[in-house]
Amino acid sequence: MEVDLIELVPLAVLLPLFGAAFAFAFYRNQSTQKTITIATLVATAVLEILLLSEVWVSGTHAVHLAGWPAPFGISMVIDRFAALMLVVSSLITMAVLFYAVGQGAAEEKQDSGPVSIFYPTYLILVAGVSNAFLAGDLFNLYVGFEIFLTASYVLLTLGGGEARIRAGVTYVVVSILSSMLFLITIGLIYSATGTVNLADMALKLSQLDEGTQLMLHVMLLVAFGIKAAVFPLAFWLPDSYPTAPAPVTAVFAGLLTKVGIYSIIRTETLLFPGEQLSTALMIFAGLTMIVGILGALAQTDIKRMLSFTLISHIGYLVFGLALSSVIGMAATVYYVAHHITIQTTLFLVTGLIERRSGTSNVDRLGGLAKISPVLALLFFVPAMNLAGIPPFSGFVGKLGMMQGGIAENTWITWTLVFASVLTSLLTLLAVARIWSRGFWRKTEDAEDPGEALAHKTLAHARAANKRLLPVQMIAPTALLVGMSVAFTVFAGPLMDFSRDAAQDMYERTPYLEAVLGEERVDGVREELVEFTTHHVIDLETDDDGAAEYAPVRTSLEPDSAEGGDD
Amino acid sequence: MTINLTLLIVMGVMFAVGIYLLLERSLTRVLLGIILISNGVNLLLLQSAGRSGLPPIVRDGLVAEDYFDPLPQALLLTAIVIAFALVAFMLALIYRSWVMGRQDEVADDEEDRRVAAAVGAYDPEEDAEVGTETSEFIDTVDPATGSVRVVDAAERNSENAAEDHGVDHSTGEGER
Repeated sequence: MEVDLIELVPLAVLLPLFGAAFAFAFYRNQSTQKTITIATLVATAVLEILLLSEVWVSGTHAVHLAGWPAPFGISMVIDRFAALMLVVSSLITMAVLFYAVGQGAAEEKQDSGPVSIFYPTYLILVAGVSNAFLAGDLFNLYVGFEIFLTASYVLLTLGGGEARIRAGVTYVVVSILSSMLFLITIGLIYSATGTVNLADMALKLSQLDEGTQLMLHVMLLVAFGIKAAVFPLAFWLPDSYPTAPAPVTAVFAGLLTKVGIYSIIRTETLLFPGEQLSTALMIFAGLTMIVGILGALAQTDIKRMLSFTLISHIGYLVFGLALSSVIGMAATVYYVAHHITIQTTLFLVTGLIERRSGTSNVDRLGGLAKISPVLALLFFVPAMNLAGIPPFSGFVGKLGMMQGGIAENTWITWTLVFASVLTSLLTLLAVARIWSRGFWRKTEDAEDPGEALAHKTLAHARAANKRLLPVQMIAPTALLVGMSVAFTVFAGPLMDFSRDAAQDMYERTPYLEAVLGEERVDGVREELVEFTTHHVIDLETDDDGAAEYAPVRTSLEPDSAEGGDD
Repeated sequence: MTINLTLLIVMGVMFAVGIYLLLERSLTRVLLGIILISNGVNLLLLQSAGRSGLPPIVRDGLVAEDYFDPLPQALLLTAIVIAFALVAFMLALIYRSWVMGRQDEVADDEEDRRVAAAVGAYDPEEDAEVGTETSEFIDTVDPATGSVRVVDAAERNSENAAEDHGVDHSTGEGER
């Protein structure tokens, strides 16, 4: 019997949920929990890779749960972008899980309650993230958000120490507030359109009058903006993330803000296409970049510094998605995948640094390059990648966004291009400071070096490496570094794929056809096509690859799009 | 679309009071604010169904307008359950915070405190020397550990706290 692979899409959510339930059932036996969790995540990752390979060739698909047709039932939609996010997120969560197992984070002394909760909660987090990526209606998206946020509250306050509780309260209150805002928006959208299905909504929203559209649009963006940590809604992030255990911080920093970005991209492409708010979004993107990176430069603690660079790089993503060009959106899709990997890797490496030297304060670090060359390499590659040094993938993504910005050729995009170059340089400065203080200088030069760094001889120091940097923690980190390098090596096919994903999202018809069926879309197809060609530049890609090599060609004005061609 | 005016006013009041409470420093009040806001949102979802009507079970001879829209109630139920779980979790957090530090207040941001100290900022509302907390638990001896806990209100008012300590010291030295 042949099973259609796409029918298995809901398993991407159900597997981790069932895994969590089983893991809870074995709450007395941590090794069983560990086995269940690892097996579940591996199975999910395999499933999602299969789905990606299916979607890679055939495009968007929708699954109608329980056979209720859209817009009446709940649908789950997997398109190229969602599939890529799923695969990247499951690979990340798997690597982080191995790291956590290596660190014994789950057996941390503080977590000595009657029930051990790390593994099941982690699986619930994965299920929530998958659900958010696959959600075909707005309320399901909300539920996905709530699932992974609730899991994240538990993970953030794991152990219930004083600092974590203090950070947790801020985080929980801010998140609940943004969820309430989201829920209010859902209520208002339902009153205005009578549907919560994203595809159906996309068709009905454009018929509302402009004031109503603008209000709903802004409310959605604010709700997602808090979750994605866009300036000025980002100040909860550096206060809450760094207090959690290293693997938890790593997965939060990599994934959770990106779900917000994912939702913003869906809002901008599917629900409210066009460019009513592009300029506003770009202004906020620029501010996010600059303020974020200035914050990073002021920090001495590596974790806090990385939290601020996370905020500043969210700015890049917002810039990319605010561009109305396929190249800009393609670069954004690529950059999201790259940034999830890089940010997670850097936090994992910081965990290793902290473990090796007993502190994550750069003023107290020194000589790590000599003590542990492996650690230095593991830090150096993602750090340069974050700053966007060629040939790393950060450079490829940023280049794409700048090309998109230059192609649009308005004052705001040029400002943003300069802001992103500046931010890149400042990011380099920030990571170079960690490098030169933590790794390059001699340990003696540090004012008050971390206690674990004091060794009589180099041989002693190297010997301590084995104890402080177990191979179970090095290996997953190295795996992620390898994955980030793979983004560079396979930049060509991945960029092509991102371009297809971006084009699907701008055209909207693949998404709408998959969910609503062709007959429903046929009635409005002309409008959709006209709208897209009017607003989006460089949609034609069958020009013998000229767009591949010279995407800086078209501009927004319709007359120059026709006449300005070379 | 018809909207019930009473419900609308109740919703507005809930939001207003909820936001006011949310801006308080006391965590319990923040929680109460969250509860009120979430219930306000629930009312909003309920109203998005429009006017009341017959139960949505298909009967002959009735047009679609006669039925009540059941979907918002399904959304509402989900929202209630989620809000319930979050409130329970918040309560646990607040209780834990109280157990650990005998404090029921939103903690000051450390960075803010450092910046304020660096520029010598003085905010009459925050820094004025008044009794900031009248809880019966302040500075009492913890029966479990026998240690005296100083609540955050005193810590935050660091000049105040320093003075208190200073007084103890100076009297001790004076006697010597």
